[in-house]
Amino acid sequence: MAKVTIDGHTVEVPDGTTILQAARAIGGEVAPPTMCYHSKLKTSGGYCRTCIVKVSKGSDKDPRPMPKLVASCRTTVMDGMEVQNLTSPEVVDARKGVVEFLLMNHPLDCPICDQAGECHLQDLGYQNGGEKTRFDFERRTFERKDIGDKIQLHMNRCILCYRCVKTADQITDGRCHGVMNRGDVSEISTYIEKAIDNDFSGNMIDVCPVGALTDKTFRFKSRVWFTKPMDAHRDCKKCSGKVTLWEKGDEVLRVTGRKDQWGENEEWICNDCRFEHKKTSDWTIEGPRNIDRHSVISQNHYMKLATPHFKKLDK
Amino acid sequence: MGKKLLIQNDKVGGIHTLEVYKQHGGYASVEKALKTMTPEAIVEEVKKSGLRGRGGAGFPTGMKWSFLAKPEGVARYLVCNADESEPGTFKDRYLMEKIPHALIEGMITSSFALGAKTSYIYIRGEYFYVARILETAIEEAYAAGYLGKNILGTGYSLDLSVQVGAGAYICGEETALLESLEGKRGNPRIKPPFPAIAGLYGCPTVVNNVETIAAVVPIVMMGGDEYAKIGIGKSTGTKLISASGHINNPGVYEIELGLPVEEFIYSNEYCGGIWKNKKMKAVVAGGSSVPILPTELILKTAKGEPRLMSYESLSDGGFATGSMLGSGGFIVYDEDTSIPMNLYTFNRFYHHESCGQCSPCREGTGWMEKVAHRIVEGHGKATDIDLLWDIQKRIEGNTICPLGDAAAWPVASAIRHFRHEFEALIPKTAVAH
Repeated sequence: MAKVTIDGHTVEVPDGTTILQAARAIGGEVAPPTMCYHSKLKTSGGYCRTCIVKVSKGSDKDPRPMPKLVASCRTTVMDGMEVQNLTSPEVVDARKGVVEFLLMNHPLDCPICDQAGECHLQDLGYQNGGEKTRFDFERRTFERKDIGDKIQLHMNRCILCYRCVKTADQITDGRCHGVMNRGDVSEISTYIEKAIDNDFSGNMIDVCPVGALTDKTFRFKSRVWFTKPMDAHRDCKKCSGKVTLWEKGDEVLRVTGRKDQWGENEEWICNDCRFEHKKTSDWTIEGPRNIDRHSVISQNHYMKLATPHFKKLDK
Repeated sequence: MGKKLLIQNDKVGGIHTLEVYKQHGGYASVEKALKTMTPEAIVEEVKKSGLRGRGGAGFPTGMKWSFLAKPEGVARYLVCNADESEPGTFKDRYLMEKIPHALIEGMITSSFALGAKTSYIYIRGEYFYVARILETAIEEAYAAGYLGKNILGTGYSLDLSVQVGAGAYICGEETALLESLEGKRGNPRIKPPFPAIAGLYGCPTVVNNVETIAAVVPIVMMGGDEYAKIGIGKSTGTKLISASGHINNPGVYEIELGLPVEEFIYSNEYCGGIWKNKKMKAVVAGGSSVPILPTELILKTAKGEPRLMSYESLSDGGFATGSMLGSGGFIVYDEDTSIPMNLYTFNRFYHHESCGQCSPCREGTGWMEKVAHRIVEGHGKATDIDLLWDIQKRIEGNTICPLGDAAAWPVASAIRHFRHEFEALIPKTAVAH
């Protein structure tokens, strides 16, 4: 076990735990925001740099601070380590910089984006970003690509978190690459088409933190905050069958995997459940879904829904 | 005339062939190492020699070698980084092109020291003709029994092959190089684990620069202690310097570390002074990514001591008044050079070469290029210099690999030392953002 102190809160975690996981164990604002990390995807994280923290004391054995800010999702804790997240002005400033970089070429087309309201980039921008960008050049755009009838790709919105690439690599078959080109013209591209035929390809929609991969069957149907999230399940031979239904009236507008308080899937679901069962009668309803995520847009709506189990985050 | 250990025979006709190379003492280190020394003894000599990585970071080679994990039954690899892509650096090309056997000899001796049975030379795509030279030399070495099974009857076997990259700067970063060598997209890995624990194909791997490996040959021959006597302080041995820019004699020079910078620039033995009788304005001492220094700071440190060609002296004063020896890409600028224009060229390079994995580098390098372009075109805004400064500050240290730092340092140093040149390019009527 290792004892680690993050922003003054001490927690004991098993050896090999990352700083991020330790911070999440403490909870609340101590946990750095993440974009590219996903707890269910191996080797995810390290790319976006939003979760950077300052290690002010390496460990009891070697108390030297780490020379650079580190990605908390990919750095393991040491016994006696001391970490600063929000208590370090350096971290706050660097994170502000990362948000600016991520939003620089982002189209900010939230009013017509299906992801709005459950978008990690929106949350990140509200919580850590500056009030305006200093980037005054034309934004980068990509040519539209059709990647099949289930998933809509908006490359312009992509932040290259690699989560869909890892999903396709790790839970679908026959996938070898996902990112084409280099540098700021890198794009999620054609190879992804191969994954579309796979039974589990829909999970790429769930893991996309922004509106780059959205559900074609839900496209422009409703803003997410007008829909009612309900936990439901069915007997499925391919997956756990545990999903969240997003209803409007009696209609099921879309089906997604269940996400934990950090917006990361609890379990993967198959395309059959996701795309082919859109009637309430297909499902056994368990009750309203708790949405813990403190998204600015989702806040008012979900807090009311989630009263029975709601845990206050800013304790 | 300083001591030469690496390219002393570069002018000898036919030195690229095994026959002539052997006539000049070639492959003696293989005989000595394999027949009379243990691998541990060689590592010990390299440690004593104080040899530091010649690729740019200057990390002690002996220490790097001793970090190599040696689990039972797991292959170990030695990979030579010949992906020399730093703008202003062309020393490895010269060495491989002129004396390919020097590298191969170093590879054999080093592989033996590290217990590697398969080794690779990863060479950049643009050096395809050099790769052919190396391949021919490797064939010769196989035929002469220096490579292959049971080398010189010692029971040690080694296979060496050349792998040509596709010409990406990022593949000079050791973990990106390993990814590329494995046939994947050349993206740097997130460290830890370091290659010494899990490198090529997940096995313990040492990645060394061409010049570093070639320097193992004289170290084995003369002994680490003797080698450490050459040079100055912790900068031991000789170093190849690629001199380019506005000088009379551009080219590759082997110097003893500790040579005064002034002598290197003005002596006829080396750069031969500034061309066209002009004055010098600035120097980039170690390849495009190290901070640029104005004349007064490259010739003398901030303390007023003469600046020497050594790891310590060039970095004296930190980045505020110093720079780095880096890869030895020594670029000299005369008084008529526009520093902002030079910076824009560097910005363009790093923007083009960013792999796009992590956001600060992917987005920041392009942004810096756009702002620098606007400035040199005369459309700069009043806040643009501060903006450039801010962008580089937010890239530096916040990326997966050193490319982010390499892109940020030239910007910081150009603004730090030549801010007036940027200001002069911003129109008086310019508005803020």
